[in-house]
Amino acid sequence: MVPARRLLAGRWGSPLAAQLAVVAVLLVIWQITAGLGQLGAVPTPVEVGRALLAIFASGAVWEPLGTTLAGWAISLLLAVVVGIVVGFPLGTSRLAYRLSVFTLDFLRTIPALVLVPLVVLLYGSGLESTILLAFLGAVWAVIMQTIYGARDVDPTALQTFMSFRVRRWDTVRFLLVPTALPYIATGVRLAAAICLLVTISAQVVIPAGGLGEQILTAQLGGAVPTMYAYIFLCGALGVGANAAFGKLEAKALAWHPSHRKVAA
Amino acid sequence: MSSRLARLLVPALLPLILILAWWYASAGGSSIFFPPLSQILERFQELWLFALVPEHVVPSLQSILWGLGISIVLGVGLGVLLGLNGYVATAVNPVLQFLRYLPAVALLPLAIQLIGIGQEMRVTIIVLGALWPILLNTIDGVRGISPGLVDVARSNRLRPFDWIFRVVIPSASPQIFAGIRASLAVSVILMFASELLGASRGIGYFILEAQRQFSLPEMWSGMILLGIIGYALNVVLMAIEYFALAWHRKARI
Repeated sequence: MVPARRLLAGRWGSPLAAQLAVVAVLLVIWQITAGLGQLGAVPTPVEVGRALLAIFASGAVWEPLGTTLAGWAISLLLAVVVGIVVGFPLGTSRLAYRLSVFTLDFLRTIPALVLVPLVVLLYGSGLESTILLAFLGAVWAVIMQTIYGARDVDPTALQTFMSFRVRRWDTVRFLLVPTALPYIATGVRLAAAICLLVTISAQVVIPAGGLGEQILTAQLGGAVPTMYAYIFLCGALGVGANAAFGKLEAKALAWHPSHRKVAA
Repeated sequence: MSSRLARLLVPALLPLILILAWWYASAGGSSIFFPPLSQILERFQELWLFALVPEHVVPSLQSILWGLGISIVLGVGLGVLLGLNGYVATAVNPVLQFLRYLPAVALLPLAIQLIGIGQEMRVTIIVLGALWPILLNTIDGVRGISPGLVDVARSNRLRPFDWIFRVVIPSASPQIFAGIRASLAVSVILMFASELLGASRGIGYFILEAQRQFSLPEMWSGMILLGIIGYALNVVLMAIEYFALAWHRKARI
Protein backbone atom coordinates (compact mmCIF):
# COMPACT_ATOMS: atom_id res chain seq x y z
CA MET A 1 0.00 0.00 0.00
CA VAL A 2 2.49 2.58 1.19
CA PRO A 3 5.18 2.04 -1.45
CA ALA A 4 2.55 2.26 -4.18
CA ARG A 5 1.26 5.48 -2.73
CA ARG A 6 4.74 6.90 -2.42
CA LEU A 7 5.51 5.90 -5.98
CA LEU A 8 2.34 7.57 -7.11
CA ALA A 9 3.18 10.69 -5.18
CA GLY A 10 6.63 10.77 -6.74
CA ARG A 11 5.57 10.36 -10.34
CA TRP A 12 2.16 11.89 -10.69
CA GLY A 13 1.72 14.23 -7.78
CA SER A 14 -0.92 13.19 -5.25
CA PRO A 15 -3.06 10.08 -5.83
CA LEU A 16 -6.10 12.33 -5.99
CA ALA A 17 -4.60 14.27 -8.91
CA ALA A 18 -3.87 11.03 -10.76
CA GLN A 19 -7.41 9.80 -10.08
CA LEU A 20 -8.92 13.02 -11.38
CA ALA A 21 -6.64 12.85 -14.40
CA VAL A 22 -7.84 9.32 -15.23
CA VAL A 23 -11.49 10.39 -15.00
CA ALA A 24 -10.76 13.45 -17.17
CA VAL A 25 -8.87 11.44 -19.79
CA LEU A 26 -11.66 8.84 -19.99
CA LEU A 27 -14.27 11.57 -20.39
CA VAL A 28 -12.24 13.26 -23.16
CA ILE A 29 -11.76 9.96 -25.02
CA TRP A 30 -15.50 9.24 -24.67
CA GLN A 31 -16.35 12.78 -25.86
CA ILE A 32 -14.11 12.51 -28.93
CA THR A 33 -15.11 9.00 -30.02
CA ALA A 34 -18.82 9.61 -29.43
CA GLY A 35 -18.57 13.04 -31.07
CA LEU A 36 -17.08 11.44 -34.17
CA GLY A 37 -19.97 8.97 -34.21
CA GLN A 38 -17.70 6.00 -33.53
CA LEU A 39 -19.88 4.62 -30.72
CA GLY A 40 -23.18 4.31 -32.57
CA ALA A 41 -26.09 5.44 -30.42
CA VAL A 42 -23.98 6.40 -27.39
CA PRO A 43 -24.31 10.11 -26.58
CA THR A 44 -21.33 12.31 -25.66
CA PRO A 45 -20.63 13.06 -21.97
CA VAL A 46 -21.51 16.72 -22.62
CA GLU A 47 -24.97 15.66 -23.80
CA VAL A 48 -25.34 13.40 -20.75
CA GLY A 49 -24.23 16.25 -18.47
CA ARG A 50 -26.77 18.55 -20.09
CA ALA A 51 -29.50 15.91 -19.60
CA LEU A 52 -28.46 15.55 -15.98
CA LEU A 53 -28.72 19.32 -15.45
CA ALA A 54 -32.07 19.33 -17.24
CA ILE A 55 -33.69 16.72 -15.01
CA PHE A 56 -32.50 18.64 -11.95
CA ALA A 57 -33.51 22.04 -13.37
CA SER A 58 -37.00 20.86 -14.36
CA GLY A 59 -37.42 19.08 -11.02
CA ALA A 60 -38.28 15.84 -12.83
CA VAL A 61 -35.65 14.01 -10.83
CA TRP A 62 -37.01 14.61 -7.32
CA GLU A 63 -40.05 12.37 -7.35
CA PRO A 64 -38.28 9.21 -8.68
CA LEU A 65 -35.26 9.93 -6.48
CA GLY A 66 -37.56 10.21 -3.46
CA THR A 67 -39.30 6.93 -4.35
CA THR A 68 -35.98 5.13 -4.66
CA LEU A 69 -34.62 6.58 -1.41
CA ALA A 70 -37.85 5.81 0.47
CA GLY A 71 -37.91 2.20 -0.74
CA TRP A 72 -34.25 1.84 0.12
CA ALA A 73 -34.53 3.33 3.62
CA ILE A 74 -37.64 1.39 4.64
CA SER A 75 -36.33 -1.94 3.33
CA LEU A 76 -32.96 -1.38 5.01
CA LEU A 77 -34.60 -0.54 8.34
CA LEU A 78 -36.77 -3.65 8.15
CA ALA A 79 -33.83 -5.85 7.17
CA VAL A 80 -31.67 -4.54 10.03
CA VAL A 81 -34.36 -4.87 12.70
CA VAL A 82 -35.57 -8.31 11.61
CA GLY A 83 -32.01 -9.50 10.96
CA ILE A 84 -30.83 -8.60 14.45
CA VAL A 85 -33.95 -9.96 16.17
CA VAL A 86 -33.68 -13.28 14.30
CA GLY A 87 -29.89 -13.49 14.31
CA PHE A 88 -29.21 -12.96 18.00
CA PRO A 89 -30.99 -16.06 19.33
CA LEU A 90 -29.51 -18.13 16.50
CA GLY A 91 -26.03 -16.97 17.47
CA THR A 92 -26.35 -17.51 21.19
CA SER A 93 -27.88 -21.00 21.06
CA ARG A 94 -25.79 -23.76 19.52
CA LEU A 95 -28.82 -25.93 18.84
CA ALA A 96 -30.74 -23.15 17.12
CA TYR A 97 -27.68 -22.40 15.02
CA ARG A 98 -27.22 -26.00 13.92
CA LEU A 99 -30.92 -26.34 13.20
CA SER A 100 -30.99 -23.33 10.91
CA VAL A 101 -27.56 -23.19 9.28
CA PHE A 102 -28.42 -25.26 6.22
CA THR A 103 -31.76 -23.52 5.69
CA LEU A 104 -30.10 -20.09 5.95
CA ASP A 105 -27.36 -21.13 3.53
CA PHE A 106 -29.93 -22.29 1.02
CA LEU A 107 -32.26 -19.31 1.34
CA ARG A 108 -29.55 -16.68 1.05
CA THR A 109 -28.28 -18.04 -2.26
CA ILE A 110 -31.70 -17.50 -3.85
CA PRO A 111 -31.67 -14.10 -5.55
CA ALA A 112 -34.52 -11.90 -4.30
CA LEU A 113 -35.37 -10.86 -7.86
CA VAL A 114 -36.57 -14.43 -8.52
CA LEU A 115 -39.66 -13.50 -6.54
CA VAL A 116 -40.51 -10.56 -8.82
CA PRO A 117 -43.29 -12.36 -10.73
CA LEU A 118 -44.96 -13.57 -7.53
CA VAL A 119 -44.59 -10.28 -5.65
CA VAL A 120 -46.06 -8.38 -8.59
CA LEU A 121 -49.12 -10.63 -8.56
CA LEU A 122 -49.54 -10.18 -4.81
CA TYR A 123 -48.71 -6.50 -4.31
CA GLY A 124 -48.74 -4.90 -7.74
CA SER A 125 -46.03 -2.56 -8.98
CA GLY A 126 -45.81 -0.11 -6.10
CA LEU A 127 -43.44 0.72 -3.31
CA GLU A 128 -44.50 -2.32 -1.23
CA SER A 129 -43.17 -4.70 -3.87
CA THR A 130 -39.70 -3.16 -4.07
CA ILE A 131 -39.53 -2.91 -0.27
CA LEU A 132 -40.46 -6.56 0.15
CA LEU A 133 -37.94 -7.70 -2.48
CA ALA A 134 -35.10 -5.57 -1.10
CA PHE A 135 -35.89 -6.75 2.41
CA LEU A 136 -35.82 -10.39 1.32
CA GLY A 137 -32.52 -9.79 -0.46
CA ALA A 138 -30.77 -8.05 2.40
CA VAL A 139 -32.07 -9.63 5.60
CA TRP A 140 -29.71 -12.63 5.27
CA ALA A 141 -26.61 -10.48 5.40
CA VAL A 142 -27.73 -8.97 8.73
CA ILE A 143 -28.79 -12.37 10.14
CA MET A 144 -25.46 -13.99 9.23
CA GLN A 145 -23.35 -11.13 10.59
CA THR A 146 -25.39 -11.02 13.82
CA ILE A 147 -24.85 -14.78 14.23
CA TYR A 148 -21.09 -14.41 13.68
CA GLY A 149 -21.04 -11.54 16.15
CA ALA A 150 -22.98 -13.34 18.88
CA ARG A 151 -20.84 -16.47 18.44
CA ASP A 152 -17.65 -14.45 18.77
CA VAL A 153 -18.14 -13.84 22.52
CA ASP A 154 -14.90 -14.47 24.42
CA PRO A 155 -15.50 -17.67 26.46
CA THR A 156 -13.28 -16.43 29.30
CA ALA A 157 -15.22 -13.19 29.52
CA LEU A 158 -18.48 -15.15 29.49
CA GLN A 159 -17.27 -17.41 32.30
CA THR A 160 -16.13 -14.39 34.28
CA PHE A 161 -19.55 -12.83 33.87
CA MET A 162 -21.14 -16.10 34.98
CA SER A 163 -18.93 -16.63 38.01
CA PHE A 164 -19.63 -13.08 39.16
CA ARG A 165 -23.32 -13.85 38.65
CA VAL A 166 -23.80 -10.81 36.50
CA ARG A 167 -27.47 -10.36 35.75
CA ARG A 168 -28.62 -11.75 32.42
CA TRP A 169 -29.62 -8.38 31.07
CA ASP A 170 -26.26 -6.87 32.02
CA THR A 171 -24.47 -9.75 30.29
CA VAL A 172 -26.37 -8.94 27.15
CA ARG A 173 -25.72 -5.22 27.53
CA PHE A 174 -22.04 -5.26 28.49
CA LEU A 175 -20.79 -8.40 26.76
CA LEU A 176 -23.00 -9.66 23.94
CA VAL A 177 -23.97 -6.36 22.35
CA PRO A 178 -20.47 -4.80 22.37
CA THR A 179 -19.02 -8.02 20.90
CA ALA A 180 -21.62 -8.28 18.17
CA LEU A 181 -21.84 -4.61 17.26
CA PRO A 182 -18.87 -4.45 14.84
CA TYR A 183 -20.19 -7.50 13.01
CA ILE A 184 -23.64 -5.99 12.86
CA ALA A 185 -22.13 -2.79 11.46
CA THR A 186 -20.62 -4.86 8.65
CA GLY A 187 -24.01 -6.48 8.13
CA VAL A 188 -25.69 -3.09 7.91
CA ARG A 189 -23.17 -1.89 5.32
CA LEU A 190 -23.71 -5.04 3.23
CA ALA A 191 -27.48 -4.75 3.64
CA ALA A 192 -27.43 -1.08 2.59
CA ALA A 193 -25.65 -2.01 -0.65
CA ILE A 194 -27.97 -4.97 -1.33
CA CYS A 195 -31.14 -2.97 -0.56
CA LEU A 196 -30.15 -0.21 -2.97
CA LEU A 197 -29.18 -2.73 -5.65
CA VAL A 198 -32.40 -4.72 -5.36
CA THR A 199 -34.59 -1.61 -5.08
CA ILE A 200 -33.22 -0.10 -8.30
CA SER A 201 -33.15 -3.48 -10.07
CA ALA A 202 -36.76 -4.22 -9.12
CA GLN A 203 -37.77 -0.74 -10.28
CA VAL A 204 -36.25 -1.55 -13.69
CA VAL A 205 -37.67 -5.03 -14.21
CA ILE A 206 -41.17 -4.64 -12.70
CA PRO A 207 -41.19 -1.55 -13.54
CA ALA A 208 -42.08 0.05 -10.21
CA GLY A 209 -41.41 3.79 -10.25
CA GLY A 210 -38.27 5.46 -8.97
CA LEU A 211 -34.95 5.94 -10.75
CA GLY A 212 -35.10 2.41 -12.16
CA GLU A 213 -38.32 2.97 -14.05
CA GLN A 214 -37.02 6.34 -15.31
CA ILE A 215 -34.10 4.53 -16.98
CA LEU A 216 -36.51 2.21 -18.75
CA THR A 217 -38.95 5.02 -19.67
CA ALA A 218 -36.12 7.15 -21.06
CA GLN A 219 -34.91 4.24 -23.17
CA LEU A 220 -38.39 3.42 -24.51
CA GLY A 221 -39.01 7.12 -25.21
CA GLY A 222 -35.73 7.45 -27.10
CA ALA A 223 -34.37 10.05 -24.64
CA VAL A 224 -30.95 8.42 -24.66
CA PRO A 225 -28.90 11.12 -22.83
CA THR A 226 -31.58 11.21 -20.10
CA MET A 227 -31.26 7.44 -19.73
CA TYR A 228 -27.50 7.82 -19.20
CA ALA A 229 -28.12 10.63 -16.72
CA TYR A 230 -30.37 8.40 -14.61
CA ILE A 231 -27.91 5.50 -14.83
CA PHE A 232 -25.18 7.85 -13.65
CA LEU A 233 -27.37 8.92 -10.72
CA CYS A 234 -27.87 5.27 -9.72
CA GLY A 235 -24.11 4.70 -9.75
CA ALA A 236 -23.45 7.87 -7.75
CA LEU A 237 -26.06 6.79 -5.21
CA GLY A 238 -24.36 3.39 -4.89
CA VAL A 239 -20.90 4.88 -4.38
CA GLY A 240 -22.23 7.45 -1.90
CA ALA A 241 -24.19 4.89 0.10
CA ASN A 242 -21.23 2.57 0.33
CA ALA A 243 -18.86 5.34 1.39
CA ALA A 244 -21.29 6.55 4.05
CA PHE A 245 -21.95 3.12 5.54
CA GLY A 246 -18.25 2.23 5.27
CA LYS A 247 -17.49 5.25 7.49
CA LEU A 248 -20.20 4.16 9.91
CA GLU A 249 -18.65 0.69 10.05
CA ALA A 250 -15.15 2.11 10.63
CA LYS A 251 -16.56 4.13 13.53
CA ALA A 252 -18.28 1.09 15.01
CA LEU A 253 -15.06 -0.91 14.66
CA ALA A 254 -12.64 1.73 15.95
CA TRP A 255 -12.94 0.81 19.64
CA HIS A 256 -13.09 -2.95 19.05
CA PRO A 257 -10.22 -4.74 20.90
CA SER A 258 -9.22 -6.74 17.81
CA HIS A 259 -8.79 -3.50 15.92
CA ARG A 260 -6.80 -1.84 18.67
CA LYS A 261 -4.42 -4.80 18.75
CA VAL A 262 -3.91 -4.61 15.01
CA ALA A 263 -3.21 -0.91 15.27
CA ALA A 264 -0.70 -1.33 18.10
CA MET B 1 -22.15 -42.98 15.68
CA SER B 2 -25.32 -41.47 17.05
CA SER B 3 -23.67 -38.05 17.42
CA ARG B 4 -22.57 -38.17 13.81
CA LEU B 5 -26.10 -39.07 12.77
CA ALA B 6 -27.43 -36.18 14.86
CA ARG B 7 -24.94 -33.82 13.22
CA LEU B 8 -26.39 -34.75 9.82
CA LEU B 9 -30.01 -34.86 10.91
CA VAL B 10 -30.27 -31.65 12.93
CA PRO B 11 -29.58 -29.27 9.99
CA ALA B 12 -32.05 -31.26 7.86
CA LEU B 13 -34.83 -30.93 10.42
CA LEU B 14 -35.82 -27.32 9.79
CA PRO B 15 -36.06 -27.68 5.99
CA LEU B 16 -38.22 -30.77 6.48
CA ILE B 17 -40.52 -28.93 8.89
CA LEU B 18 -40.76 -25.96 6.52
CA ILE B 19 -41.55 -28.16 3.53
CA LEU B 20 -44.17 -30.10 5.51
CA ALA B 21 -45.69 -26.83 6.73
CA TRP B 22 -45.81 -25.56 3.14
CA TRP B 23 -47.31 -28.87 1.99
CA TYR B 24 -50.18 -28.83 4.53
CA ALA B 25 -50.80 -25.08 4.50
CA SER B 26 -51.16 -25.06 0.72
CA ALA B 27 -53.04 -28.39 0.46
CA GLY B 28 -56.45 -26.75 0.85
CA GLY B 29 -55.73 -24.47 -2.10
CA SER B 30 -57.60 -21.47 -0.70
CA SER B 31 -55.43 -18.92 -2.53
CA ILE B 32 -54.75 -19.11 -6.25
CA PHE B 33 -51.36 -17.48 -5.66
CA PHE B 34 -50.23 -20.34 -3.44
CA PRO B 35 -51.21 -23.55 -5.25
CA PRO B 36 -50.84 -26.88 -3.40
CA LEU B 37 -47.23 -27.98 -3.16
CA SER B 38 -48.21 -31.41 -4.47
CA GLN B 39 -49.42 -29.78 -7.68
CA ILE B 40 -46.24 -27.67 -7.98
CA LEU B 41 -44.04 -30.74 -7.58
CA GLU B 42 -46.12 -32.68 -10.10
CA ARG B 43 -45.68 -29.86 -12.61
CA PHE B 44 -41.99 -29.66 -11.70
CA GLN B 45 -41.54 -33.31 -12.61
CA GLU B 46 -43.44 -32.94 -15.88
CA LEU B 47 -41.58 -29.81 -16.99
CA TRP B 48 -38.09 -29.99 -15.60
CA LEU B 49 -37.30 -33.74 -15.51
CA PHE B 50 -36.29 -33.15 -18.28
CA ALA B 51 -38.79 -32.10 -20.96
CA LEU B 52 -38.07 -28.37 -21.09
CA VAL B 53 -34.45 -28.49 -20.00
CA PRO B 54 -32.94 -28.12 -23.51
CA GLU B 55 -35.30 -25.26 -24.35
CA HIS B 56 -35.11 -23.15 -21.19
CA VAL B 57 -32.41 -24.37 -18.80
CA VAL B 58 -29.58 -24.82 -21.30
CA PRO B 59 -29.67 -21.24 -22.69
CA SER B 60 -29.78 -19.79 -19.16
CA LEU B 61 -26.82 -21.86 -18.04
CA GLN B 62 -24.95 -20.96 -21.22
CA SER B 63 -25.42 -17.25 -20.50
CA ILE B 64 -24.10 -17.67 -16.96
CA LEU B 65 -21.12 -19.82 -17.93
CA TRP B 66 -20.09 -17.55 -20.81
CA GLY B 67 -20.58 -14.40 -18.80
CA LEU B 68 -18.79 -15.73 -15.75
CA GLY B 69 -16.01 -17.28 -17.87
CA ILE B 70 -15.32 -14.04 -19.72
CA SER B 71 -15.43 -12.14 -16.41
CA ILE B 72 -12.90 -14.50 -14.83
CA VAL B 73 -10.47 -14.25 -17.76
CA LEU B 74 -10.80 -10.46 -18.05
CA GLY B 75 -10.94 -9.87 -14.30
CA VAL B 76 -7.91 -11.98 -13.41
CA GLY B 77 -5.91 -10.73 -16.42
CA LEU B 78 -6.61 -7.04 -15.85
CA GLY B 79 -6.42 -7.52 -12.08
CA VAL B 80 -2.90 -8.95 -12.27
CA LEU B 81 -1.79 -6.12 -14.57
CA LEU B 82 -3.26 -3.46 -12.30
CA GLY B 83 -2.21 -5.17 -9.09
CA LEU B 84 1.42 -5.27 -10.22
CA ASN B 85 1.29 -1.59 -11.14
CA GLY B 86 0.15 -0.12 -7.86
CA TYR B 87 0.06 3.50 -8.99
CA VAL B 88 -2.13 2.73 -12.01
CA ALA B 89 -4.46 0.71 -9.77
CA THR B 90 -4.80 3.64 -7.37
CA ALA B 91 -5.39 6.04 -10.24
CA VAL B 92 -8.21 4.02 -11.82
CA ASN B 93 -9.73 3.00 -8.48
CA PRO B 94 -12.54 5.63 -8.40
CA VAL B 95 -13.68 4.59 -11.88
CA LEU B 96 -13.69 0.91 -10.87
CA GLN B 97 -15.57 1.67 -7.65
CA PHE B 98 -18.21 3.58 -9.60
CA LEU B 99 -18.67 0.70 -12.05
CA ARG B 100 -18.81 -1.76 -9.18
CA TYR B 101 -21.55 0.04 -7.26
CA LEU B 102 -23.56 0.88 -10.37
CA PRO B 103 -26.44 -1.63 -10.29
CA ALA B 104 -25.87 -3.72 -13.42
CA VAL B 105 -29.61 -4.17 -13.91
CA ALA B 106 -29.76 -0.40 -14.46
CA LEU B 107 -27.57 -1.00 -17.53
CA LEU B 108 -30.09 -3.46 -19.00
CA PRO B 109 -32.09 -0.86 -20.95
CA LEU B 110 -28.80 0.50 -22.28
CA ALA B 111 -27.57 -2.93 -23.32
CA ILE B 112 -30.89 -3.69 -25.00
CA GLN B 113 -30.71 -0.40 -26.88
CA LEU B 114 -27.12 -0.99 -28.03
CA ILE B 115 -27.04 -4.75 -28.64
CA GLY B 116 -30.66 -5.91 -28.94
CA ILE B 117 -32.21 -8.79 -27.01
CA GLY B 118 -30.12 -11.76 -28.11
CA GLN B 119 -27.84 -14.04 -26.20
CA GLU B 120 -24.92 -11.61 -26.72
CA MET B 121 -26.82 -8.96 -24.77
CA ARG B 122 -27.34 -11.33 -21.85
CA VAL B 123 -23.70 -12.42 -21.80
CA THR B 124 -22.61 -8.76 -22.06
CA ILE B 125 -24.77 -7.64 -19.16
CA ILE B 126 -23.53 -10.52 -17.01
CA VAL B 127 -19.93 -9.52 -17.77
CA LEU B 128 -20.74 -5.88 -16.96
CA GLY B 129 -21.93 -6.96 -13.51
CA ALA B 130 -19.70 -9.93 -12.71
CA LEU B 131 -16.38 -8.46 -13.84
CA TRP B 132 -15.91 -5.95 -10.99
CA PRO B 133 -15.89 -8.20 -7.91
CA ILE B 134 -13.31 -10.48 -9.58
CA LEU B 135 -11.22 -7.57 -10.88
CA LEU B 136 -11.15 -5.68 -7.57
CA ASN B 137 -10.45 -8.81 -5.53
CA THR B 138 -7.64 -9.83 -7.89
CA ILE B 139 -6.05 -6.37 -7.55
CA ASP B 140 -6.27 -6.65 -3.75
CA GLY B 141 -4.89 -10.18 -3.77
CA VAL B 142 -1.96 -9.30 -6.04
CA ARG B 143 -1.11 -6.20 -4.01
CA GLY B 144 -1.19 -8.28 -0.86
CA ILE B 145 1.61 -10.67 -1.94
CA SER B 146 4.13 -10.90 0.85
CA PRO B 147 7.24 -8.78 0.15
CA GLY B 148 9.43 -11.74 1.10
CA LEU B 149 8.01 -13.72 -1.80
CA VAL B 150 8.76 -10.85 -4.18
CA ASP B 151 12.37 -10.73 -2.95
CA VAL B 152 12.85 -14.49 -3.30
CA ALA B 153 11.47 -14.42 -6.84
CA ARG B 154 13.71 -11.50 -7.76
CA SER B 155 16.89 -12.94 -6.33
CA ASN B 156 16.20 -16.22 -8.13
CA ARG B 157 15.61 -14.28 -11.37
CA LEU B 158 12.28 -15.95 -11.94
CA ARG B 159 11.09 -15.65 -15.53
CA PRO B 160 8.06 -13.30 -15.86
CA PHE B 161 5.85 -16.19 -16.99
CA ASP B 162 6.72 -18.30 -13.94
CA TRP B 163 6.47 -15.25 -11.71
CA ILE B 164 2.90 -14.53 -12.80
CA PHE B 165 1.53 -18.05 -13.19
CA ARG B 166 3.39 -19.80 -10.38
CA VAL B 167 3.63 -17.07 -7.76
CA VAL B 168 1.33 -14.11 -8.36
CA ILE B 169 -1.90 -15.84 -9.38
CA PRO B 170 -1.62 -18.72 -6.87
CA SER B 171 -0.95 -16.38 -3.97
CA ALA B 172 -3.86 -14.17 -4.99
CA SER B 173 -6.17 -17.13 -5.61
CA PRO B 174 -7.97 -17.15 -2.22
CA GLN B 175 -9.12 -13.62 -2.90
CA ILE B 176 -9.81 -14.36 -6.56
CA PHE B 177 -12.14 -17.17 -5.48
CA ALA B 178 -13.92 -14.89 -3.04
CA GLY B 179 -14.48 -12.53 -5.98
CA ILE B 180 -15.75 -15.34 -8.20
CA ARG B 181 -18.24 -16.37 -5.51
CA ALA B 182 -19.64 -12.84 -5.36
CA SER B 183 -19.71 -12.72 -9.16
CA LEU B 184 -21.60 -15.99 -9.41
CA ALA B 185 -24.45 -14.56 -7.33
CA VAL B 186 -24.45 -11.45 -9.54
CA SER B 187 -24.47 -13.62 -12.68
CA VAL B 188 -27.55 -15.57 -11.59
CA ILE B 189 -29.40 -12.32 -10.82
CA LEU B 190 -28.43 -10.75 -14.15
CA MET B 191 -29.27 -13.89 -16.11
CA PHE B 192 -32.75 -13.82 -14.60
CA ALA B 193 -33.28 -10.05 -14.91
CA SER B 194 -32.10 -9.97 -18.53
CA GLU B 195 -34.48 -12.81 -19.38
CA LEU B 196 -37.36 -10.90 -17.79
CA LEU B 197 -36.73 -7.89 -20.03
CA GLY B 198 -35.67 -9.43 -23.28
CA ALA B 199 -35.67 -13.10 -24.19
CA SER B 200 -37.72 -15.77 -25.87
CA ARG B 201 -36.09 -18.67 -24.06
CA GLY B 202 -34.62 -19.32 -20.66
CA ILE B 203 -35.87 -19.86 -17.12
CA GLY B 204 -36.60 -16.19 -16.51
CA TYR B 205 -38.66 -15.99 -19.67
CA PHE B 206 -40.53 -19.17 -18.71
CA ILE B 207 -41.41 -17.84 -15.25
CA LEU B 208 -42.58 -14.51 -16.67
CA GLU B 209 -44.74 -16.23 -19.31
CA ALA B 210 -46.27 -18.52 -16.67
CA GLN B 211 -47.05 -15.46 -14.53
CA ARG B 212 -48.68 -13.62 -17.43
CA GLN B 213 -50.91 -16.62 -18.15
CA PHE B 214 -51.73 -17.04 -14.46
CA SER B 215 -50.31 -20.59 -14.58
CA LEU B 216 -49.20 -20.41 -10.98
CA PRO B 217 -48.07 -24.01 -10.44
CA GLU B 218 -45.80 -23.62 -13.51
CA MET B 219 -44.49 -20.29 -12.22
CA TRP B 220 -43.72 -21.79 -8.81
CA SER B 221 -42.00 -24.78 -10.40
CA GLY B 222 -39.77 -22.39 -12.37
CA MET B 223 -38.94 -20.40 -9.25
CA ILE B 224 -38.03 -23.57 -7.35
CA LEU B 225 -35.88 -24.69 -10.28
CA LEU B 226 -34.05 -21.36 -10.29
CA GLY B 227 -33.44 -21.63 -6.54
CA ILE B 228 -32.03 -25.12 -6.96
CA ILE B 229 -29.83 -24.07 -9.87
CA GLY B 230 -28.49 -21.06 -7.94
CA TYR B 231 -27.68 -23.23 -4.95
CA ALA B 232 -26.19 -26.03 -7.07
CA LEU B 233 -23.89 -23.61 -8.93
CA ASN B 234 -22.72 -22.32 -5.56
CA VAL B 235 -21.98 -25.84 -4.33
CA VAL B 236 -20.05 -26.66 -7.52
CA LEU B 237 -17.96 -23.51 -7.14
CA MET B 238 -17.25 -24.25 -3.49
CA ALA B 239 -16.13 -27.77 -4.45
CA ILE B 240 -13.77 -26.35 -7.11
CA GLU B 241 -12.46 -23.85 -4.57
CA TYR B 242 -11.98 -26.60 -2.00
CA PHE B 243 -9.73 -28.58 -4.32
CA ALA B 244 -7.98 -25.62 -5.94
CA LEU B 245 -7.10 -24.09 -2.59
CA ALA B 246 -6.18 -27.33 -0.80
CA TRP B 247 -2.53 -26.19 -0.66
CA HIS B 248 -3.61 -22.92 0.93
CA ARG B 249 -5.41 -24.63 3.81
CA LYS B 250 -2.44 -26.91 4.38
CA ALA B 251 -0.05 -23.97 4.35
CA ARG B 252 -2.10 -22.23 7.04
CA ILE B 253 -2.05 -25.24 9.37
